[in-house]
Amino acid sequence: MDKRDTVFLKQQAKRVRIEILKMLTEAGSGHTGGSLSAADVVTALYFCKMRHRPDVPNWRERDRFILSKGHAAPLLYVVLALTGYFDISVLKTLRKIGSPLQGHPCSKTLLGVEISTGSLGQGLSVSNGIAIGLKIDNLNSRVYCLLGDGETQEGQVWEAAMTAAHYKLDNVCAIIDLNGLQIDGPVSKVKAIEPVASKWSAFGWNVIDIDGHDMEAILNAFDEAETVKGRPSAILARTVKGKGVSFFEGKVEYHGIAPTRDELEMALKELDGNG
Amino acid sequence: MAMGEIVKDTREGQQSIVGKSMATRDAYGEALLELGKKRDNIVVLDADLSGSTKTGKFAKAFPDRFYNIGIAEQDMIGTASGLALSGKIPFASTFAVFETGRAWEQIRQTVCYSNLNVKLIASHGGITVGEDGASHQSTEDIALMRVLPNMTVIVPSDGYETTQVINVIANFYGPVYVRLGRAKVPAVMPAEYEFKIGKAYPFHIGRDANIVAMGIMVSIAIEAAKILKDAGIDAGVINMSTVKPLDTETLLNAARSCRLIVTAEEHSIIGGLGSAVSEFLSENFPVQVRRIGIKDSFGCSGKPEELLKLYGLTADDIVETVKEELKK
Repeated sequence: MDKRDTVFLKQQAKRVRIEILKMLTEAGSGHTGGSLSAADVVTALYFCKMRHRPDVPNWRERDRFILSKGHAAPLLYVVLALTGYFDISVLKTLRKIGSPLQGHPCSKTLLGVEISTGSLGQGLSVSNGIAIGLKIDNLNSRVYCLLGDGETQEGQVWEAAMTAAHYKLDNVCAIIDLNGLQIDGPVSKVKAIEPVASKWSAFGWNVIDIDGHDMEAILNAFDEAETVKGRPSAILARTVKGKGVSFFEGKVEYHGIAPTRDELEMALKELDGNG
Repeated sequence: MAMGEIVKDTREGQQSIVGKSMATRDAYGEALLELGKKRDNIVVLDADLSGSTKTGKFAKAFPDRFYNIGIAEQDMIGTASGLALSGKIPFASTFAVFETGRAWEQIRQTVCYSNLNVKLIASHGGITVGEDGASHQSTEDIALMRVLPNMTVIVPSDGYETTQVINVIANFYGPVYVRLGRAKVPAVMPAEYEFKIGKAYPFHIGRDANIVAMGIMVSIAIEAAKILKDAGIDAGVINMSTVKPLDTETLLNAARSCRLIVTAEEHSIIGGLGSAVSEFLSENFPVQVRRIGIKDSFGCSGKPEELLKLYGLTADDIVETVKEELKK
């Protein structure tokens, strides 16, 4: 297969969305909106951009993915399963007692999860530490860190943003999933984070502003980030929360609840129908 | 991952420190420097206090393995975690109150939950920080760290023990919190002493009472035991330098030998060594326990010795408590 085949990647993104919805419905709880909004970006990483070996999860030269917005765990679990880290049948154990698929990612229970997350604001600092370690070891692996837009209200994110710029961590690439919604409502109403681009830019980052559902734009952004030397890159992925399922899109209520069986049926019809 | 050279005898080359009065933070600075010479996977982080925490010595010798994260403790813990994930052994230092308080949830979520090999070495524990006052005096850190799963908590009593602790934990996988002090402390540990995680050191087991102490309170407890001996009371002293996991065997042995256990800590009596000892004994061998420590209050400015007196942490306070309790 052509690794940069956007038709293939769009198909994979659809599979990812279908599996996310199925596993969430089975679990009866979990974060639907933010898993769907970031599905295209994370599919591009796991199915194309990142160098990783599902058969050797701890391969020393792998690129790392840190899910700082840990509540999008279903998305991470699906791409790990679909790329071969574990059997896809495990997905239905999400959030159940004894499952390796904890409500939020746990690195002690599931190989492929780099670090346990769920408490927001911490992933970028961890990414920086890994990136420094990679530089010490002269490895050219990259570290991708996915943050939520509401998450950037956490002060630690900006501490980490300063650290990455100060230490010139050009092997760090942050992706901000700008879906515009957080639990209590629109980010702009809860506590505005705009202007996002100039904030990251002022913190010393190379900023790439894209449509986070445009596969070509996503791949180009990752490629550009890799060529920028001497400073980290932030990809501002403008997305729609709940993307792919019309009745979830832009709905704040679907931040933290799972689809019902009826909703799942309708959603699968939509996803199968629209190409 | 290469673990580097394993230090077999933690006492090796440290005989010059035996019997030397020094601040435990100074011993840390020296030990870290020596460790850095032996092992290239040791990296050090600080939050703008490298002069005070004494990581500055390592920074000067190994600038490529030292990361000043600035005044950003939460970010420091996260960055240290990432370095641990890269196979390095990060030592992250700042004042105890900021390390354990400001960054507590980062330590919980990222370090302990993922069981990362991060060493948290905090200076300025307790009230003997002195003149800076309550904002900089950590009297809750042991409680905050002890409650976390996977965490090991160590409070060395003198420079010699500190040096050994640093070498031992570099060879031990997992999160460790080490509390150090600002002020100079008398040397108490003998040359033959060998520090082991989870192993207390009984100087003597008393038949009337036993004082279980950590950190600077060990030397004060020894002083108290001498005064009590002159008064005809046989009081033992146990250096419980590992607060978690607690050496329950030594503790049980001491409790069985006497009528009274006194705990002594430069920390709140809530949640620290006194709590740990009481929790264990109340379930396993109920015996009278008295806790010497900060009694649910903040510290204040003053000279270390003035503060120890004000908060009831002197040898005389221990003596009085023992006498009072044994009279009952």
